[in-house]
Amino acid sequence: MNTRLGGDSRRIARVLEHLRRAKRKALIPYITAGDPHPDHTAALMHALVQAGADAIELGVPFSDPMADGPVIQLACERALAAGTSLKRVLAIVAQFREQDAHTPVVLMGYLNPVETLGLEAFATQAKAAGVDGVLLVDLAVEEAAEVAPKLRAAGLDCIFLLAPTTTPARIALIAREASGYLYYVSLKGVTGAAHLDAREVAAKLAEVRRHTELPVMVGFGVKDAATATAVGRIADGVIVGSALVATIAAGAARPETLPAKLIEQLRPIRQALDALSG
Amino acid sequence: MNDQNFPDARGHFGPYGGRFVAETLMEPLRRLEEAYLKLKDDPAFRAELEKDLKHYVGRPSPLYPAERLTAKWGGAQIYLKREDLNHTGAHKINNTVGQALLAKYLGKTRIIAETGAGQHGVASATVAARLGLKCVVYMGEEDVQRQSPNVYRMKLLGAEVVPVKSGTRTLKDALNEALRDWVTNVDDTFYIIGTVAGPHPYPMLVRDFNAVVGREVRAQAQELFGRLPDALVACVGGGSNAIGLFHPFLADEAVKMYGVEAGGLGLASGQHAAPLSAGRPGVLHGNRTYVMADENGQILGTHSISAGLDYPGVGPEHSWLKDLGRVRYVAVTDDQALAAFHELTRVEGIIPALESAHAVAYAKTLARELPRDAAIVVNLSGRGDKDIFTVAKLDGISLA
Repeated sequence: MNTRLGGDSRRIARVLEHLRRAKRKALIPYITAGDPHPDHTAALMHALVQAGADAIELGVPFSDPMADGPVIQLACERALAAGTSLKRVLAIVAQFREQDAHTPVVLMGYLNPVETLGLEAFATQAKAAGVDGVLLVDLAVEEAAEVAPKLRAAGLDCIFLLAPTTTPARIALIAREASGYLYYVSLKGVTGAAHLDAREVAAKLAEVRRHTELPVMVGFGVKDAATATAVGRIADGVIVGSALVATIAAGAARPETLPAKLIEQLRPIRQALDALSG
Repeated sequence: MNDQNFPDARGHFGPYGGRFVAETLMEPLRRLEEAYLKLKDDPAFRAELEKDLKHYVGRPSPLYPAERLTAKWGGAQIYLKREDLNHTGAHKINNTVGQALLAKYLGKTRIIAETGAGQHGVASATVAARLGLKCVVYMGEEDVQRQSPNVYRMKLLGAEVVPVKSGTRTLKDALNEALRDWVTNVDDTFYIIGTVAGPHPYPMLVRDFNAVVGREVRAQAQELFGRLPDALVACVGGGSNAIGLFHPFLADEAVKMYGVEAGGLGLASGQHAAPLSAGRPGVLHGNRTYVMADENGQILGTHSISAGLDYPGVGPEHSWLKDLGRVRYVAVTDDQALAAFHELTRVEGIIPALESAHAVAYAKTLARELPRDAAIVVNLSGRGDKDIFTVAKLDGISLA
């Protein structure tokens, strides 16, 4: 086992391959970095791992999160009000890595803060902090020709979204550029939307798998054990975001209580996924 | 190089433009582009659009020689392109009539729009009423309060006005919310973007629908003074009225062009909405363009006396024209715009929109720099009826 802090270049692939061999489903929770305050985020990340997270998607707050629903919009506003910049997010990841050299961390956010820091500077600093992958929501694969190679050159995985509207030709295009895993957006809508049709998702995933051997995670609309079970049956793993962020919002006034609350919320989802395995 | 050949096949204007949206919208945008490219030269579509522009919008709008204003300023000849005389009172209807026709041809039953001052919202609600389509308009909560007459107009027209409570509660947040609606209801909904921003193909198609303004000016200039104008002046928020006037002249190197941004309380104050004058390239609302952002890449709130210019981004084609040096972008303060508002009203009997008053204010400066026989065309993009409450308040007068 590689224990070099922040120096593991294939953390995502290694963890997901391990899960595949064990016939287990991946659980990838999302929280917005800096919500409710950047001082608390590393502790929340450790709590997620303790509850059974296989990897963490860490949201980089942005002033104009156009693909996010109200829950994550408000999380971004709280995080920005608490002074969370992209640099601070990288410092949070470095802090997390002091105690956890194993769990992959994927930054999820929008392009403008990354470009403002500078692509090369971001890639180098993110890798040094212990980031493993990057998902830029508003960076479509057609516009990624400049960005993706720089992230890959620094040893970061480029995670891309797939959606119900993605055509077979685009799936092929995206699969060629992507590494780590693919994030399938389960529905037409924003994060935190309510409805998810497992049969529709299953049909689309079958199509996706004709084009790629990358693991496919499903997010948007996974909020509890029941939805995780439904999605876990057909996907390689689930991403849970808005449901956790809502818990953080409700407890923001008492951040010291949040780790226990997140563990309590995530554990049943872990158990539901484990009940599906081999 | 011919500046008129942009955007390229991927929606780029040099390094600007493109399609920076979440994956869900990529295919709907591609389909919209495909449909538009097919329809724009379709004789039936063209005929219907031209009929609507003539009989519903009231085109062509006059090119008015503002002789009293010219005499008062003592400089170049001032001509006003009277977009304020269009149905619904601004250039915005040129675009909404065109996009509504696209919606109809695509079989969409629901229209959504974002609006700042409410002009684009009214223009969208208007065409939706006429076609019998459901219409939802997103408007920042702050703007809903500032622009209550337009909110009522939209409701009279049958539109639902949704106040947006996120972010700065202004136009940029309304745009975010409209994109979220579209991503959710993409099957039956057509999103009518009100300016030349947003992801490809919007900057191209909104420009094309507004370019009727510049085409008319070419013909009217020949008729009025027998040659092309020496200078064109238009205000720039997102930049749709400006690009509509400029675009048909881009290849005419002798025609100088000036885009006038909202200087607010002055560029040095930071309280403005002038990304081309004081911002830097970034990515916002689906395209790469000049934006106003802080040192961490977060988009800044803006300030302008005019809600229609109160936007931290700008159409990507303007960014490209700035870098090329083809158009000169300048800024005019709230006070200068307000003075121009009063001056035009008193001297010519035309109450301009506060947005358009920015262009008038810069034309005053320019008129004195150019020879007396030079011809300046100012795009009077909208009428000021909507602004009388704002102006009265600034003058300490209560209309209630």
